[in-house]
Amino acid sequence: MTATATLLRAFNTNKTSWAGLIVLLAVVALAALAPWIAPHDPIEQDIFARLEGPSATYPLGTDQFGRCILSRLLHGARYSLFIGIASTLAAMLVGSLIGMLAGWYGGRFDVVVMQAMDVLLAFPALILGLILVAMLGPTLPNIILAIAATSVPAFARIARAPTIAVKEREYVEACRALGYSDARILFLHILPNIFAEILVMSSLWLASAIRTEASLAFIGLGLRPPIPTWGGMIREGFENILDSYWLAMAPGVAILVVVFALNLLGDGLRDAVDPKLKGES
Amino acid sequence: MTTPVLAIENLTVSFRADGEWRPVVQDLSFTVGERETLAVVGESGSGKSVTALSVMRLLPPAQSRVEGRIALDGRDLPPLPEHEMRRVRGNEIAMIFQEPMTSLNPVLTVGFQVAEALIYHRGLGRAAAEAEALRLFDRVRIPAAQSRFHEYPHRFSGGMRQRVMIAMALACRPRLLIADEPTTALDVTIQAQILELVKMLQEEEGMSVLFITHDMGVVAEIADRVVVMHRGRAVEQGETTRLFTQAQAPYTRALLAAVPRLGSMEGQSRPLRFPVVDTATGESDTPSPTPDTVDAAERPLLEVAGLVTRFDMRSGLLSRVTGRVHAVEDVSFALRKGETLALVGESGCGKSTTGRSILRLVPPSGGRILFEGTDIATLDRRGLVAMRRRMQMIFQDPFASLNPRKRVGAALAEPIVVHGLAGREEARARVAELLRRVGLDPAMAERFPHEFSGGQRQRLCIARALALEPRLIVADEAVSALDVSVKAQVLNLMLDLQAELGLAYLFISHDIAVVERVSHRVAVMYMGEIVEIGPRAAIFGDARHPYTRRLMAAVPVPDPSRGRIRRGLDADEIRSPIRAPDYVAPPRRYTEVSPGHVVQDWGTEWERTPA
Amino acid sequence: MSTFIARRCAFALVTLWAVLTLVFFIVRVVPGDPAQVILGEQATADAIAAMRTRLGLDRPLGVQYVEFLWGALRGDWGVSLVTGRPVVQEVLAVLPWTIELTLAALVIGAAAGIPLGVWAAVNRNRATDYVIRLASLLGLSFPAFVSGILLLIFFAIQLRWAPVMSTQGGSFSAWLGALALPAINLGLIMAAYITRVTRSAMLEVLGEDYVRTARAKGVPWRAVVWRHALRNALIPIITIVGLYLGVLIGNSVLTEIVFNRPGLGKLIVGALNQRDYTLLQGMMVIYTFVVIIVNLLTDLAYGAADPRVKLK
Repeated sequence: MTATATLLRAFNTNKTSWAGLIVLLAVVALAALAPWIAPHDPIEQDIFARLEGPSATYPLGTDQFGRCILSRLLHGARYSLFIGIASTLAAMLVGSLIGMLAGWYGGRFDVVVMQAMDVLLAFPALILGLILVAMLGPTLPNIILAIAATSVPAFARIARAPTIAVKEREYVEACRALGYSDARILFLHILPNIFAEILVMSSLWLASAIRTEASLAFIGLGLRPPIPTWGGMIREGFENILDSYWLAMAPGVAILVVVFALNLLGDGLRDAVDPKLKGES
Repeated sequence: MTTPVLAIENLTVSFRADGEWRPVVQDLSFTVGERETLAVVGESGSGKSVTALSVMRLLPPAQSRVEGRIALDGRDLPPLPEHEMRRVRGNEIAMIFQEPMTSLNPVLTVGFQVAEALIYHRGLGRAAAEAEALRLFDRVRIPAAQSRFHEYPHRFSGGMRQRVMIAMALACRPRLLIADEPTTALDVTIQAQILELVKMLQEEEGMSVLFITHDMGVVAEIADRVVVMHRGRAVEQGETTRLFTQAQAPYTRALLAAVPRLGSMEGQSRPLRFPVVDTATGESDTPSPTPDTVDAAERPLLEVAGLVTRFDMRSGLLSRVTGRVHAVEDVSFALRKGETLALVGESGCGKSTTGRSILRLVPPSGGRILFEGTDIATLDRRGLVAMRRRMQMIFQDPFASLNPRKRVGAALAEPIVVHGLAGREEARARVAELLRRVGLDPAMAERFPHEFSGGQRQRLCIARALALEPRLIVADEAVSALDVSVKAQVLNLMLDLQAELGLAYLFISHDIAVVERVSHRVAVMYMGEIVEIGPRAAIFGDARHPYTRRLMAAVPVPDPSRGRIRRGLDADEIRSPIRAPDYVAPPRRYTEVSPGHVVQDWGTEWERTPA
Repeated sequence: MSTFIARRCAFALVTLWAVLTLVFFIVRVVPGDPAQVILGEQATADAIAAMRTRLGLDRPLGVQYVEFLWGALRGDWGVSLVTGRPVVQEVLAVLPWTIELTLAALVIGAAAGIPLGVWAAVNRNRATDYVIRLASLLGLSFPAFVSGILLLIFFAIQLRWAPVMSTQGGSFSAWLGALALPAINLGLIMAAYITRVTRSAMLEVLGEDYVRTARAKGVPWRAVVWRHALRNALIPIITIVGLYLGVLIGNSVLTEIVFNRPGLGKLIVGALNQRDYTLLQGMMVIYTFVVIIVNLLTDLAYGAADPRVKLK
């Protein structure tokens, strides 16, 4: 069965995955259409309408600079999703490759590589991200790099375990007996069998990446203002928490919805590609 | 008429799959009398284990439905509420399972696990229960019971764990013992010990036994009566002796025909095909003898001299070598074109490692392997790839040996294309030919492995191995995972292919009866060494080494007329080939007792052991 | 068992060395001269040179490296560039706050998560299971600062049950009041993780042969679940909770910011904002220490839970 078929079957057996996917697609669509559907320019200030509650002009109210919160939310989604997806993809590629190679070659190579990954993993992801961004400077590529660096070890672990499990199956031994090259076995025989698992985990790690990005921005290490980011909006809202708490609520709920949708999606899929069901697939 | 201990009437068990109830046991009725042993025999999917689990009510309630009457001493069990059923389990009916390695809880001591039943059913305190459990350890002949009582299961071998399971089952002196394939996962000499133990304890306790098995040999050894199950139904039941001599149902006759009987090859000079029985009519053909495929004058295809394979075991802070597995130790043999050499032995004897070393799937530590006169140790990567074309391997587990995500056509074509034997188009044609050759429909090339049965998958593995037109096939327990009737068919196919293509087989197996049937020569391995090698007739007719004799004696023979051979209640365990790092293998001397029949000289450690 | 501990200690030392090295080089390979960064764009060349000497940056890299390692081992991590106090003192002053918070969170997480996870697993695919699964999934979707802000808005601002700002010292009730919301915030997220791990570990274990064995000998279901199954499930639970420690520490930083509570998190963010370069370096070392010690404890707990570990 192909990886696509596995994923399709996963969707059919799990309705919460569908719910997650639909919400996620909706958010992606809103983010993509933000320049056209947002009622205002996200950085345009209206000094006569500061800290206003919801109204017809400003459906979610305005912040302390009189900027439209809804517009900032819609535009902020673009940054959140882009940073999240780019960093997760990068971590997935690098991490999976490391994990597969470590799992396949085993021995000392495996021990050294995975020990290094464990050291990275031991370090709290947020702290590592914090330090990297603080050192490198809060630009888009640096933030992506920092978040990717925090999840590389996780992907290495994710890819290594099934590689070892699959490696010990007799069909891989049969491949060796048939004289196939290591590269052929790794990429044509092992990768397709672990790809679904990696893909599923990447949806969970995407959730984590989006959360990390927002956390960095909340601490003050996000993209520089006035670029609208959800974490940054909460940071600004938090400064006015005592009198205008809704400023922090709207972006907070937005992050929660996206992360929850991704977790729903990934969690359902993970149940479906669980190794216990593997024998039958 | 007295009430039977267990009476099953019109039992139907259904499982829910994809929202539909599918019956797996249908309209089954049988009884187990006082002190009687009833064997339920059948192949996989026959519903025999499900029957046992439904008696115990251990099936998952949401996915299963049990209808019919299951009466223990006249009391119908299915209507009982769960808390009363719990009083039956482990108290009036006890059960032992197939997998001793996973059936004990790894985080609780074995002693406590045996005592637990006494705590719940007899209301004993923990100390009293453990004292009683210790007595049970002695009864199931666990050596050094006192000191091992508080150990965790991982320190016990499979055979010892099964003894612990039996002690647990006997704790409350049950009326009925259900044994679900209790010896299937064990080596043959350990199986013999466990069967003996069950028989003896049954007599002492006066309990009844419901023995579930797929092995006709075990049935003949242990059962008073037999129920034969096939696809959820009982096709025949009766006294053991009658069933073996005058089976009525065609299925039973087919099953019996497919079972190799140790000793039945006397007077045959070459391997013999299995008779093919039509399961609908029970008609059997007479197997024709295989043609002579071996040319003794030719130089052997494979010559192995002094092969050694060891694995270091590391532990401690600096990963020092603290032990060494002497998996293969000074093994020498030759194999000719068209010949089958069987490597037999119990788990850990090094037979699989020998096969893998020859294909260089594991690196040998020493010795010479000449294939078609070339030393394979001298081959570079390219030479190795070319050499691997000429020797192929078939593995034990047909479910794990095919990539689940590749269509079988692509899987069969891949080696042809990779080795540049043909282009894609021609490879497709060759795949069709290969499928035909192993008795499958070429149209099946479009399917995925999971759409095939176990036997079909093993045919696919054979086809894949044949794709490279090898001269030698290493068959590592290639039929061990298959049901008896399927096993016979696959073995017939292998014999036919040998006759057609002149293939040489290195046939690695623990199944001695099968080995007798299919091999030209046999090598018996023990602790990494060959203790006896020779022509099949010599090994089976005139075994010399004490280990060979013990192995042969332990094989259950599917012939109740031979009577029950008492083998004594020894608790010898299979010794481990793990040695200290400074261990030097002692020099061995061999004696040729007849042409080609060579026996290792054995030391005093074998003297006391009854052969 | 003793080799096992020795191995883990050796691994901890190697990890520590690797992280120290990493920290040393991260701080030094980043673009820009740290002295320049500290002093700002307008600094004179002399001032920068003086700062470089003060930081020891003018010496060869190898010497700096050895001194850094040696200092780290002796507990000498230099002096904060902002306050002028030794880094160790700065860290030790706030460490109890963070330890108190994370321990409270771990206790809440385990106390709520393990029973909920067991309950969900035992009722697999029933309503209870779905509710617990969804709730725990929602729980771990919360960025800690979002949940913290929500708690703050609800309990401190709307209901006025807890103080908005943490106070130092004072009575037990003041201490508890200051600890309660931050601990609940972290604890609920931790509980969500532990619930999920427990559930999946229990599901796995409940399908094992030895659970069937226990039932076959008539052990009551309750004892099967709590004695036979949970004892085995604890083994993966301990491992994974150990891995979640990084999440917990990251979340504690955010929680400290939201509740304006002293602790390592507040300290590190302050150091970042003020470019307190030596403090930052020291903080990374202390984080590594904390992580390593907790990993060591995890391993020991693992060894205690699994009798097979002694063999290794």
